[in-house]
Amino acid sequence: MKDINNLTEIRKIIGRHKRWDLMFMIAGIIALMIAVLTFIALFAQMLIDGMPRLTWLFFTSFPSRHPEMAGILSAWVGTTLVMLVTAASAVPLGIASGVYLEEYAPKNIFTEIIEINVTNLAGVPSIIYGLLALGLFVYQLGFGQSILAAGLALALLILPVVIVATREAIRSIPVAIREGAYALGATKWQTVSDHLLPYSAAGILTGVIIGLARAIGETAPIITIGALTFIAFLPPAPVTEEFPYVSFEWLSAPFTVMPIQMFNWVSRPEEAFQLNAAAAGLVLVVMTLAMNGLAIYLRYRMRKNIKW
Amino acid sequence: METNSESIQYKSEVKDLSFYYDTFNALKNVNMVLHDKKITALIGPSGCGKSTFLRCFNRMHDLYPGNRYDGEIMLYPDDVNILAENVDPIEVRMRISMVFQKPNPFPKSIYENVAYGLRVRGVKQRAILDERIETALRNAALWDEVKDRLHELAFNLSGGQQQRLCIARALATDPEILLFDEPTSALDPIATASIEELIADLKSKVTILIVTHNMQQAARVSDYTAYMYLGELIEFDVTDTIFIKPKNKQTEDYITGRFG
Repeated sequence: MKDINNLTEIRKIIGRHKRWDLMFMIAGIIALMIAVLTFIALFAQMLIDGMPRLTWLFFTSFPSRHPEMAGILSAWVGTTLVMLVTAASAVPLGIASGVYLEEYAPKNIFTEIIEINVTNLAGVPSIIYGLLALGLFVYQLGFGQSILAAGLALALLILPVVIVATREAIRSIPVAIREGAYALGATKWQTVSDHLLPYSAAGILTGVIIGLARAIGETAPIITIGALTFIAFLPPAPVTEEFPYVSFEWLSAPFTVMPIQMFNWVSRPEEAFQLNAAAAGLVLVVMTLAMNGLAIYLRYRMRKNIKW
Repeated sequence: METNSESIQYKSEVKDLSFYYDTFNALKNVNMVLHDKKITALIGPSGCGKSTFLRCFNRMHDLYPGNRYDGEIMLYPDDVNILAENVDPIEVRMRISMVFQKPNPFPKSIYENVAYGLRVRGVKQRAILDERIETALRNAALWDEVKDRLHELAFNLSGGQQQRLCIARALATDPEILLFDEPTSALDPIATASIEELIADLKSKVTILIVTHNMQQAARVSDYTAYMYLGELIEFDVTDTIFIKPKNKQTEDYITGRFG
C-alpha cells in the first residue's frame, strides 16, 4: 500500500497535478492568441490597404466610377441616420418590455413562453428580420425602401438584446433596495422610475450600445429591404430654415449604409476599389470599437456610485 | 365603553392572525397587542415566524404572489383592520415604517435617502424637506455626524451610520409604528449599542415592534416581549416577567439557553 502521508510522495503528487495547471495555461493562451491574432492580422491588413485612402475627401465625397474620387459620404450619413432610428425605437420598446417582464408580469406559463421566445429571438438569422421588415414595413405599412424601414428592421433585430440587458440589470439590484422603496410607501411605478431604472441605467446602456454595435455592421436585412448600392445624394436635412425648423422627410429617403458600400466596392474588379473597401472597413471597425469603448466607459462611470 | 378605554392604550391588536406562504402555514392563530409608545420585542429561534409576523404589519407579503393572511391586525385609534382587502397596502406602509436587517440605503445622497418617504407623499417645498430631514436625522442621532455632508453618497457612511440613516428615513414621515427586523445583526458591538440606545430613545415618539435574535437585546430595550416558536405565539408578557419568571416551560427553556 502507498503511504499517503509520506511527504516525498505528496510532493510528487502535487508536482504531477501542477503540470496540468501549466498545460491548461499554455492551451488557454494559444486559444486566446488564435482569436486575438486573427483580429489583429485582419485589422493590420485593412490598415495597410485602407490608410492611404483615408483623407478628408474620402469622408466628404459621394461614390464615383473613379475609385480615387469615390468616398463614403452617403454611406456614413445613411448609417448614422439608420442608427438614430434604430436607437430611438429599440431603446424605449426594449426597456419597457424588460421592465414589464421583470417587475409587472405575473409569473405564469404565458409569460414564461414569452420569456423563452425573447431569448430565442436573439438567435434568429438577421436575414429573417430583413424579410419581415420587407413585408411589414416596406410594403404593408408603405414606408418604402427608406431609412425608416431600415432603422425599424435593425431595431427588431436588437430588441432582444436590449430586453435581456434591461432584465439582467434590474435583476442585479438587491431585493433589500426594492423592499426599502416599497416600505416607504412607493408604488410599483415609483419604485421603477425612482430606483430600479436609475440604478440599472449603466447595464441597460451597455446592452443598448452593444446591440447598436451589432446593428451597425448588419448587411443582410438592409439588402433585403432594398437599400441602394450607389447613391449620390444625401437625404433631406433634418433641420430646415423655415418654421418649424425640423423636418422628418429624411425618414422616407432612399439611402445606403457602410457595409453595403463596402460590399459594393469589394465586388468591383478594379483593385483600386478594393482599397476603398478596406478604408471603409477601417472606418466601420473604428466606429464599432468606439461604441464598445463608450459602453465600457459609461458602465465604469455610472457604477462608481453603486456598491453591490 | 370599557373595551374602548382599554384599546386607547393599545396602538394595535392582533386577532387570530394566521399567515400562509402558498400552502405553508407560517403563522398560526397569533393573538397579541402593541402598547402605545412602548417597545415590543419578538424573540424565538430561526424560522419561528417572527420576521413573517413583523412583515404582516406593513403588508410586505403583498409584494409576492401566493401569500395569504387570515385574521386581523387592528390599528387604533381609528379602529381599522390593516389586513382588510379594501385597505391599500401602500397606505399601510405610509403609516407603518420599517427598518431592515441589513442597512439598505439607496445609492443616492444622504439627503435624498431621508427625503424619499416625503417625496413619495408629494412634498416638494425645499424648506419643508430641509426641516423634516434635519428633525429626522436629529432623532436618529445622526445629524451632528452628517450635517456638513448631506449631499454625499450614503454608501460612504459606516455600517452603523447607514443603519441610523435608514432609521431617519423611516422616521421622516412620522410613522405610527416603527418596525425593526433584526436591525443590529449586521453591525459590530459598538454600532449595536448606539442603535439600541437610539431605539430606547425613540419610544417616546413612536410605538416600536422589534424582531431580535439576541435575547439580551430584547431584555435591554423592550417593555414587552413575545416568544414565538414554529409559527405560534407561546408567551407574551411584560419583558421582566418573560425573562425572570416565565409561565411557560418552553419559554423558560429558550430564555435559559437550554433550547434554541
